[in-house]
Amino acid sequence: MAQNMTQYQGSSNYIVSDELRNSVNIAIALGKPLLIKGEPGTGKTMLALSIAEALQKRILIWNIKSTTKAQEGLYIYDTVQRLYDSQFKDHDVADIKQYIRTGKMGEAFQSSDQVVLLIDEIDKADLEFPNDLLWELDQMSYYIPETKETITAISRPIVIVTSNAEKELPDAFLRRCIFHYIAFPDAEEMNKIIKVHHPDLDKRLLEQAMETFYMLRNIPNMQKKPSTSELIDWLQALVVGGISPNKIKQDLPFLGVLLKKNEDLDILLNQVHNKTQTKAQSRSYWNR
Amino acid sequence: MFTEFFYYLRNFGVPVSINEWQSLMEALEMDMAGSSLTGFYFLCRALLVKTEAHYDRFDLAFANYLGDLESPEGLPDKIWEWLNKELPPQEVSEAMRNNHQQLDIEEMKKMLEERLGEQNEEHHGGNRWVGTGGTSPFGHSGYHPGGIRIGGNTRNLSAVKVAGMRRFQEFRTDETLGVRQFQLALRKLRQFTTRLDGAKEEVDVDATIDKTCQNAGRLELVWERPRVNSMKVLLLMDAGGSMLSYSRLCNQLFTAVNKSNHFKDLKIFYFHNCIYDRLYHDPSCSGNDYTDTEYILRTCDSDYRVIIVGDASMGPAELMRAGGIIDWYLHNEQPGIDWLERIRHHFEYSIWLNPVPAKYWEWVEGAYTIKTIGQVFPMEELTVEGLERGIAKLKSRTAVGEGSKVAKR
Repeated sequence: MAQNMTQYQGSSNYIVSDELRNSVNIAIALGKPLLIKGEPGTGKTMLALSIAEALQKRILIWNIKSTTKAQEGLYIYDTVQRLYDSQFKDHDVADIKQYIRTGKMGEAFQSSDQVVLLIDEIDKADLEFPNDLLWELDQMSYYIPETKETITAISRPIVIVTSNAEKELPDAFLRRCIFHYIAFPDAEEMNKIIKVHHPDLDKRLLEQAMETFYMLRNIPNMQKKPSTSELIDWLQALVVGGISPNKIKQDLPFLGVLLKKNEDLDILLNQVHNKTQTKAQSRSYWNR
Repeated sequence: MFTEFFYYLRNFGVPVSINEWQSLMEALEMDMAGSSLTGFYFLCRALLVKTEAHYDRFDLAFANYLGDLESPEGLPDKIWEWLNKELPPQEVSEAMRNNHQQLDIEEMKKMLEERLGEQNEEHHGGNRWVGTGGTSPFGHSGYHPGGIRIGGNTRNLSAVKVAGMRRFQEFRTDETLGVRQFQLALRKLRQFTTRLDGAKEEVDVDATIDKTCQNAGRLELVWERPRVNSMKVLLLMDAGGSMLSYSRLCNQLFTAVNKSNHFKDLKIFYFHNCIYDRLYHDPSCSGNDYTDTEYILRTCDSDYRVIIVGDASMGPAELMRAGGIIDWYLHNEQPGIDWLERIRHHFEYSIWLNPVPAKYWEWVEGAYTIKTIGQVFPMEELTVEGLERGIAKLKSRTAVGEGSKVAKR
């Protein structure tokens, strides 16, 4: 069993830490869903895309919204269409199968090749949502009462579940998952990640931007700390805006890209204000 | 295999179940650990730990379990071995030599050996010990030109050391109450009705059959509105200084209430110690960012469920006297207790949740005001059980009679 195992090694556009790679491979080998948690913008969704690319598998994305029901992922029985069709004779209404619409999860089960199934942001859904999927994720099969059919996965899909920790997930669900928390990358890892996205960046600009970025992240009481994806956007903005590297730390240009909350901006300005009180007097926006 | 480790984990508070343990055994048989201690560490963590809050406990348990196994000389040996490998001569460049007086490698090894002998716990920051950050020559993520990097990206590092770093300490939460439990309790606060406006999107089977029959068998679909919760909630939270020590608990309740999207309407206001003529929109309770309490009493229907969260502990004057308000630049014409009674009488259902455990209510600093407010509002402690009891009171009318009777005395 261990021999024919597919091994995920990361892909060209996604930097994966050893720990995360291990977790992915464990999940693939054991055929259990992999639950990925972490700060927003640490690349949880990207991971699934990267796995699909690296292992050359089809990816199915099931985006969860607050109204999503577990059933929808498996199948939807279109009663109304069937009733309407019964009025006219152009469809064989006795054939219920044609009114069963397969959901993303059902599609993943029925695919003859192994696919990567991404259940994105599971915490957005109703509290009971994960509980409703326990059996299906465990056994990788489900029953359709309307057609008296049992659908069993032809080859167990690689299931990646992401969560932003907006809601706690039930224990029973957690027990069935492999869990990995994507820690925020340190400066060294961050350099690697940035290299992937901005291969030829001015070294000095990068240095200054990184220093400022980690300075911002280390300010206590920030409500929404800037994350990787925001840093990448910010660098893009700095390059496009043609900002001189020497001015980054001083002027903090395009702050809106990094900080998304008014409160955070206030905290930052307060902090900067306190530190450089004498210097800052001339700057109008610091004299709030 | 490793059964002892299972109990280590449970003793350190990582809730491992038999199922998960069996998965681990299965994975070990498949050689997922790659016969290395580090592999074993990550394998165990991925399979057995289900929240980042427990990573730290896991690290502790792992270090303790394997710390017993590994001989004390083992660790320095590993570092020796690795030192020779990972510090190639070209890493210490000419410039660095010139800029800093450089210790030579033999000296450094000796120093490290001494340090390891003396050091018996982890250190982060500082300039001497082996640890992360800081400017010690030993450790990683720090700054010391040509120093010895320990940990970080290397794979030769013993897993015990990785565990010993306890990188996930800050995620540790020793709470028995979770947001989820609060949320589940809040779920009970609902009252279903279909008499609301909204899209009709569910097929009413009975009505459809009737209509179709009347239509001589030609299909006519009848739609109805889905049942929705008609519960409206007004949450008033004390953001005063004395509440600071309960901020974590209150945050959890707040998150739970906020995430409960099953309420028809949710209004949240803040107050400082006691409610007077202003209710604030944010916890800082300052400036002009407020709504008049009078206005809320006028505009909110009496069927709003009122949940007040506060420690109810204040100076008696703050509650009983006109002008007793704690903010010196504000003045209140009516004493706080009047406002509380007006709220109690206007809304049919209301409760007071107190983060102070009930067993301290009698002798805590604000015992007098706790007692007085407790006579106006049904007071429950802010725990999952307390919230459940409170919600029961928010649903039954008897609680109202009882509360106002006491209040009127």
